[in-house]
Amino acid sequence: MIKQEAKGSSMAAPTKDQMLEMQRRMLRIRYFDERASKMVKRGHIPGTVHTSIGQEAQVVGATMALRDEDYMTGNHRSHGHPIGKGSPLGPLMAELVGKATGVCKGKGGSLHLADFSVGSLGESGIVGSSIPIAAGAALSASVLKKSHVSLAFFGDGAANQGVLYESINMAGVWKLPVIFLCENNQYALSTPAHTVTSGVIADRAAGFGIFGVRVENGQDVLEVFNAVSEAAARARAGEGPSLIEVVTYRFNEHSEGLRIGTDYRDPEEREQWLKRDPIVLFRNHLIAEGHFTAEELDALEAEVLAEVDEAVRFTDESPYPEPETAFADLYTDKEEQFA
Amino acid sequence: MSLMSYLGAIGAAQREAMDADERVIIIGEDVEANVYGTTGGGKSRADKGDFLQMYGRDRIRNTPISEEAIVGFAAGAAMTGLRPIVDLSYSSFLYMAMDQFVNQVAKNRYMFGGQASMPVVFRSAMFYGLNTGAHHSDRPYPMFMNVPGLKIIAPSSPSDAKGLLRYAIDSDDPVLTFEACLLWGSKEEVSDEEYRIPFGKARIAREGTDVTVVAISSSVPEAVAAADAMAAEGVSVEVIDPRTLVPMDTRAILESVSKTGRLVVAEPAHRTCGAAGEISAIVSEEIFDALKAPIIRVTAPDMQIPFSPALEKQMYPNRITIADAIRKVAGLR
Repeated sequence: MIKQEAKGSSMAAPTKDQMLEMQRRMLRIRYFDERASKMVKRGHIPGTVHTSIGQEAQVVGATMALRDEDYMTGNHRSHGHPIGKGSPLGPLMAELVGKATGVCKGKGGSLHLADFSVGSLGESGIVGSSIPIAAGAALSASVLKKSHVSLAFFGDGAANQGVLYESINMAGVWKLPVIFLCENNQYALSTPAHTVTSGVIADRAAGFGIFGVRVENGQDVLEVFNAVSEAAARARAGEGPSLIEVVTYRFNEHSEGLRIGTDYRDPEEREQWLKRDPIVLFRNHLIAEGHFTAEELDALEAEVLAEVDEAVRFTDESPYPEPETAFADLYTDKEEQFA
Repeated sequence: MSLMSYLGAIGAAQREAMDADERVIIIGEDVEANVYGTTGGGKSRADKGDFLQMYGRDRIRNTPISEEAIVGFAAGAAMTGLRPIVDLSYSSFLYMAMDQFVNQVAKNRYMFGGQASMPVVFRSAMFYGLNTGAHHSDRPYPMFMNVPGLKIIAPSSPSDAKGLLRYAIDSDDPVLTFEACLLWGSKEEVSDEEYRIPFGKARIAREGTDVTVVAISSSVPEAVAAADAMAAEGVSVEVIDPRTLVPMDTRAILESVSKTGRLVVAEPAHRTCGAAGEISAIVSEEIFDALKAPIIRVTAPDMQIPFSPALEKQMYPNRITIADAIRKVAGLR
């Protein structure tokens, strides 16, 4: 089995500004999702949400390695991806509540966020279903001779869906500029990945003749950033797709408010992972390396908290959609709309 | 005008669209080798009109047998600037990609509040009536009519095949076109000019005053033949081909039935939850008082398709079973 390690050395190191932006986006995801969790429990957000708390480095390391115009699709653990790609928080929060100002006008909700203005082509409530969509966006870039790269986020659960392998094969044979990024948080809802997964996910790349790498420390935003930067560079150079498996952990339950009777995760295991909080780790790194002072990072945290407050205020002040808007947006042509 | 077959007309529409817009590409199994006769001009590559030679491998995308990825890639490509025509060959293969059709192709525009447009055409052929057995004989268009967000068409003549396909390729919404193999060889004079037939406009295949027959796909020529036979018996039959099932030209159907007061609906799909059932329901709801007799459906039974010619032949509407229904609705038997 080929097991290739990410090589940080060959890529340009992120600038100080980029590192600050990484921390900013990780904080946005953390504070946004913490607030969303509370809002679910208070009934302010209908339905449920799946938070990315604990997985921020894996999300932001990937999205910050992409260009603004690059494409991306995601899954049910959905808020982090558009936030990581730079989507403003107000319309995302408004979407979670079902307001008219939501990024999808209240049609999508938490499971189906999309912000095409930042290249977010949509999150998917069906596990694995959005993977070929990202690859199709890479086909567009290839045929139209554009420099876009496309990235599909999916979990260890989706790694056992057949469509992933159909997509890798076709993208591989066509050398499409697409990155298949497996967010291995080690549990498909309650099912431990190792009990349902034969072999190592990243190793499966070798069978398709594409580049594969396992980022063992997915709590380190720079390691993820480096691996995805290299994959993006290969993709832009016409060298085709990569499969990147990032090992991480979700700190919260599968979804907020979910009560599962069986203790499927060892409490001790969770305690160990909580000590590897990606935001704390990166904060310590930024201070230890002399990039920023504790005071500067405190100020950043306050700034992001205020952003989330503002997003909630924006949401609260926004109207609910008019009922008749439920019958718009099915087709592009209004005369063929038939409600 | 040229004498064109149904398949030739599809090839002509694809060629015109490929020439007109570089964003149009063709994706599918065996499209390079022109196996199904819509991506080439002749039997050899050197022949004029070979799509691979004309447009290259960038735009003629021969695929692995991976329907789920084919449909998903096409959807993602459509959302980001291409206008793919996907050749899925047999309609029965659509099921392999059901998740992509139902959860991505049909829902993405709506779910994302109108941010996505999905200009993609999915072509597939219904191989029924050709003794290919249950796995290749499906007529699954009613299943897809049940999925909001898709547009569904079923052209029944060469002229319609060309004009409707061209309109479909121009559409910014996803279109599934179901082509009956029994119609592949049918020929008529077709305009060499570029033209488009808008969706939601039925074609009156034959005018009449006593009975309306709404017929779909290969049932259309059978209904016309039945109308000819009934003319000899003194019954004037109007045959309406909706051409597009989503959207459906309900006005044309209601106008015809308002005039005749009698309706037969013929289609090759299964009976339960078929297009015939839907059309019957619309007519009953809208103009019940105009009906002089109960509506009759002539459909395939709710049965799988057997292989043997001795068994399969009876499964679909034909001129005899349609004529029988006309006689019954007209009170002649």
